[in-house]
Amino acid sequence: MTAPLLKVDDLHVRIGARDRQVHAVRGISFEIARGETLSIVGESGCGKSMTSLAVMGLLPRTARRESHGISIDGARIDGLSDRAMSDLRGLKLAMIFQEPMTALNPVYTIGNQLEEAYRRHNPAAARGDARARAVYLLEKVGITAASERLNQYPHQLSGGLRQRVMIAMALMCGPDLIIADEPTTALDVTIQAQILRLLRDLQTEFNLSILLITHDLGIVARTADKVAVMYAGEFVETGTAREVFNAPAHPYTRGLLAAIPVPGKTERGGKLAAIPGTVPSLTDHLEGCSFFGRCSRAVPDCALGHVALTEPSAGRAWRCRRPYLEEAAHQGGALS
Amino acid sequence: MMVYALKRAVLGLAIMLTISMAVFALTNIASDPAIAIAGEGATATDVEAVRQRYGFDRPVVERYAEWLGHAVRGDFGMSYRQQRPVARVVLERFPVTFTLACLALGFSLALALPLAMFAALWPNSMIDRFAVLTALVAQAVPTFWLSLLGILVFSVELGWLPVSGSTSFVHYILPAACLGFFAMPAILRLTRAGLLEVLEADYIRTARAKGLRTPTILVKHALRNAIIPVVSIASVQFGYLLSGSVIVETIFAMQGIGYLAWESVSSADLPVVQALVLVTAFFYVLLTLFADILNAWLDPRIRIA
Ligand SMILES: Nc1ncnc2c1ncn2[C@@H]1O[C@H](COP(=O)(O)OP(=O)(O)O)[C@@H](O)[C@H]1O
Ligand code: SF4
Ligand SMILES: [Mg+2]
Repeated sequence: MTAPLLKVDDLHVRIGARDRQVHAVRGISFEIARGETLSIVGESGCGKSMTSLAVMGLLPRTARRESHGISIDGARIDGLSDRAMSDLRGLKLAMIFQEPMTALNPVYTIGNQLEEAYRRHNPAAARGDARARAVYLLEKVGITAASERLNQYPHQLSGGLRQRVMIAMALMCGPDLIIADEPTTALDVTIQAQILRLLRDLQTEFNLSILLITHDLGIVARTADKVAVMYAGEFVETGTAREVFNAPAHPYTRGLLAAIPVPGKTERGGKLAAIPGTVPSLTDHLEGCSFFGRCSRAVPDCALGHVALTEPSAGRAWRCRRPYLEEAAHQGGALS
Repeated sequence: MMVYALKRAVLGLAIMLTISMAVFALTNIASDPAIAIAGEGATATDVEAVRQRYGFDRPVVERYAEWLGHAVRGDFGMSYRQQRPVARVVLERFPVTFTLACLALGFSLALALPLAMFAALWPNSMIDRFAVLTALVAQAVPTFWLSLLGILVFSVELGWLPVSGSTSFVHYILPAACLGFFAMPAILRLTRAGLLEVLEADYIRTARAKGLRTPTILVKHALRNAIIPVVSIASVQFGYLLSGSVIVETIFAMQGIGYLAWESVSSADLPVVQALVLVTAFFYVLLTLFADILNAWLDPRIRIA
């Protein structure tokens, strides 16, 4: 097989001054092949956004990134200057953010912001090209009357429409990789489903690789090829979607699965089976398993040392001393 | 856009009317103009004679209506002191002050905007500290003191600039700089704070994710958003500049309306004072209107409700 489209090796992100720093991402590694979707799942605050921003080279000023390599198509990008990185952003890898309401500049038209993305990487293109591309992509993402929309301002569009515009914007220069950080979290449930279906269709059509970040395993079930479950800055379980859903090994993954609302079974607006306890603070060095305080299978041994990753086959791994191995998951039925 | 501008214009007109009433009330009801004109040591008969000659014995409402009717046609009566039409006296002084205020605003914008941009781009850097310190100093230094210092250094010691007068462009440099320095801190601080906030905004991250370069992001995406509140404050500052020009024009002996105001107040030249207040207020309202329209042009959320 050829080199994966995106390869991240032992990524760390630390935020803030050295004495009070947050170790938000603690040595994660993953690969995404061309046309494949990897989903990183985990509760809020586990370091998902920092991971995606680290790949884009868009970390906040106070954050530091370390790794043994980040490469796209086999070429290292982790050593690039911000200027060199900006030549790749939008062209090779693009990003869709969580908040469609604030992600577009309120004082410029949709058309202006779409065309600008195209012209940045196609400076020699004719004037009409950028506009034609914008209309084409707006239609692709399911926006009707596309050429009229170009003259509208973000505040004239609904959240769902804005997120479609964001997706079109990410596609303007035909990138290979799309990083979508909770792209549907801010949207209504019905709109969520539409946007996810759209992403999947576009992926097939343009042979995109997608890094899909979410806190909702239900979304993962519908879209991902591979899954990485993240907890307290680390991957605690990885595998294909089938492996992780059908035979979850880590107690945390089981907890997340139990929290997926099941249509018909879970009452609308009713309380989900949330995992009790809180995420450990990422400021400290963590001794023992990071899930220890919340785990129903914990044994005293779990509180000692650092739990290593068990990797029975390439890509399939878990970080647990007492994994569920033989037993099948008591999953709801979100997966068939 | 047109509807918005029209609404604003009507509001401005209403404000003007209110101000005209206040001006008239202050000069005709709160004080007795007849006594002021008759001067010190006048007898009661003298005052009564003045009252009848100028028509101060008629009802207030009638006098106001007449005065307003004349005022909108540009007739503010005769200056008591100069015995010439007030409109002419004010008009010939206006260009000096207008030029001075424009130059001063230009000076403070030219200083404040780049400084604020670099300060916001590198917070807590040397240039940021320099910007904050400059704003603090400019805030603390009184205009008259700065003017005198400027005269001492640039006119007396170095001999580069004239001490006083308003006959050529070089005469404007020092007064405009002194006046502009006074207006600078508010613009600098607001632009810096606005930019710092805007640079944290999600759409700036989107712009970076598209691969846009820093100068484009700063000027196109950040500044336009950060400048919207600055436009409002700049128009208010322009009003301050007009009033601040009383001090500066007096010190530099520039024949502007600030100097005229000082002369007229000290000699109780009532019609001129009235006209000055009215014209300044009118100008101020016009400026606010202009700022509102500029903001509507900058920000579609104001324009397209
Ligand atoms: N600007 C910041 N300064 C300090 N800590 C931060 C900052 N942003 C995020 N963090 C911390 O980093 C950790 C990971 O954050 P994030 O990647 O945003 O989580 P997620 O996207 O999974 O919800 C969290 O514990 C959060 O508190
Ligand atoms: S290592 Fe122990 S505490 Fe951690 S998840 Fe596994 S069983 Fe639970
Ligand atoms: Mg996040």
